[in-house]
Amino acid sequence: MEHQHKEHSLLAEEFNANEPRVNWHDETLWWVRQKRDKMAWTIPEWEDLREAASRIKHNVLGNLHDYLLEFEKNAQANGAVVHWAADAAEHNKIVLQLLQEQGVKRMVKSKSMLTEECHLNPYLAEHGIEVIDTDLGERIVQLAKEPPSHIVLPCIHKKKEEIGELFHEHLGTPAGNADPKFLTAAARQHLRAEFIQSRVAITGVNFAVAETGEMVVCTNEGNADMGAHLADVHIACMGIEKIIPQRKHLGVFLRLLARSATGQPITTYSSHFRAPKKGQQLHIVLVDNGRSRQLGREDFRNSLKCIRCGACMNTCPVYRRSGGHSYHNAIAGPIGAILAPNLDMKEYADLPFASTLCGSCSNVCPVKIDIHQQLYKWRQVITREGYTKKTKAAGMHAMNIVLSKPGLYKTAGGIGRWVMRTFPAVVNNGLNPWFRQREMPEPPKESFADWYKKNRKQ
Amino acid sequence: MKVGLFIPCYIDQFYPQVGIATLSLLEKLGCDVVYPQGQTCCGQPMANSGFEHLTHGCNELFVDHFEGLDYIVGPSGSCVLHIKDHLHVEGKEQAATHIRQRIYELAEFLTDVLKVDHLKAKFPHKVGIHQSCHGQRGLGLAQMSELVAAPFSKPQRLLQMVEGLELVELKRTDECCGFGGTFCVFEEAVSVKMGKDRIADHVNNGAEYITGNDVSCLMHLEGILRRQKSDVKVLHIAEILNSSI
Repeated sequence: MEHQHKEHSLLAEEFNANEPRVNWHDETLWWVRQKRDKMAWTIPEWEDLREAASRIKHNVLGNLHDYLLEFEKNAQANGAVVHWAADAAEHNKIVLQLLQEQGVKRMVKSKSMLTEECHLNPYLAEHGIEVIDTDLGERIVQLAKEPPSHIVLPCIHKKKEEIGELFHEHLGTPAGNADPKFLTAAARQHLRAEFIQSRVAITGVNFAVAETGEMVVCTNEGNADMGAHLADVHIACMGIEKIIPQRKHLGVFLRLLARSATGQPITTYSSHFRAPKKGQQLHIVLVDNGRSRQLGREDFRNSLKCIRCGACMNTCPVYRRSGGHSYHNAIAGPIGAILAPNLDMKEYADLPFASTLCGSCSNVCPVKIDIHQQLYKWRQVITREGYTKKTKAAGMHAMNIVLSKPGLYKTAGGIGRWVMRTFPAVVNNGLNPWFRQREMPEPPKESFADWYKKNRKQ
Repeated sequence: MKVGLFIPCYIDQFYPQVGIATLSLLEKLGCDVVYPQGQTCCGQPMANSGFEHLTHGCNELFVDHFEGLDYIVGPSGSCVLHIKDHLHVEGKEQAATHIRQRIYELAEFLTDVLKVDHLKAKFPHKVGIHQSCHGQRGLGLAQMSELVAAPFSKPQRLLQMVEGLELVELKRTDECCGFGGTFCVFEEAVSVKMGKDRIADHVNNGAEYITGNDVSCLMHLEGILRRQKSDVKVLHIAEILNSSI
């Protein structure tokens, strides 16, 4: 089967070639998970809060149509222009047109996973428009010409020394300087110039309130505010599932979001954008891009509850040891693995299998998405649709034949153990992935069933 | 009380001593245990690989072997969870439902049904508990580190009844070992790395033995330990609880 990308297992194997780096990556993200735990434990009603958030989103998903129309009406009344995009291509076209109307060739964008999902930056670059990502982590990976490896911590895979080198090359900082404070100050100077010249600013949206038509954007750097306030035109891009019914529900989500994401009580900025300033334009692009389809899949509908906190990535023992890029998708980790097959089942057929189904992701999820159960269900769908390798399917059929016939199972087991004892090289070789770094179990002469027959006559 | 002994396929084939310890322990505790001969597998290896539609053969066998018993007990959290979540057979749904409701992992059967509060077992060693995910997060054998809730652990409670046994504390109490069924071969690199990291946590905290409620995880850890030529050994919890004075 031809894919555009290498599969997760291969990319993960490459990542694991440098074990000390894997250890560092694992420890760094585990530290974030521990910060999250500490913060969660400061709130005695934490589990109730998760339940409340999950139910609010349940209501949203059940009434999405009405909430979206309510949001549109109120946003328009506030003076915003609302655009509807059925897919990524339409979203990109709408944004391009707005930029072309303004005649800009260079503009700022704060963090937006939706624009990553739609591959907006390369699309605009093709049309001669340069996007400057203003979130520090996003800017770093942009300078490195890499995609983000994490939805909240885009450059978590980079060491500070590597960032120092990048800044030396692109921003002219002294070679060998990897002091985070110094580098941050350099980035601030560099970005300030961009903010000031930018007549258009794109931002993402964390929550869109149907009742008021306002949007809430959460950042730690204030970069969304800086961009939107200085520009003549603010374009806010959001997936249609970002809706919440009322402003009061922010009290639930804002308490959960930053605690789950980074172990902070709240993001430094939780900015409400309601109406454009005098002389300014506010455009809101509502994007479907497969979300309606996912909403129609009963088993996977709940994935749309996601508030993009990244907690499932930080806790995932596989993500921590394979790196975000091994998921070859804008959204990595467990949540990415249940969202991606909806976008392109063939291309992302490997992702639901990049998990041990340990279930830790579902336990940290602030909106209680049953992530690991959805991974299991995607495996069934992907197999049914024929996106499994033929060799694997043949192996499974053979296994099933043996395990469905007690006599055959007993004979095959006995022969198999005899072969392993007599000719261990048959299994102890490089073709057996188990044996590469592990010994095979020692095959006993007697199975339990054999022992039972001898020792417990019935 | 008639208890059906469920010995998963890989335990039957590679770890008969775990089956023997489980049987012997249940008998010592006064259960009338039957081992339905001809049983094979719960079907999980196929189902977790995306081939749940192939498992009806295994499901039928399972129902045929285990219907009509008071309880079904197996020394594997993962296989028990699979049955609990997925056992369905057309035309025998009542029997399947009975099984799904009456199947227990060994440790939870001891604490919740038999209400064991003391054991005549002795094991004077330092032991680390590997919390297998399906037992812990799936069956709820122990409190999970992600949740804000009161701590408890059924395996720990049982091990604390064993004379001379000293439990070691781990840095990460319930991280996955990376076995993950066919994950262990299809994602070999990450699987082994996860296993090595789990082992390091036990070794660094002085464990002589790693125990747990799932032989599959232990088999994976044992494979790595033996390749490392480590002195640390793995034992299923039944083997420790059944070790006599």
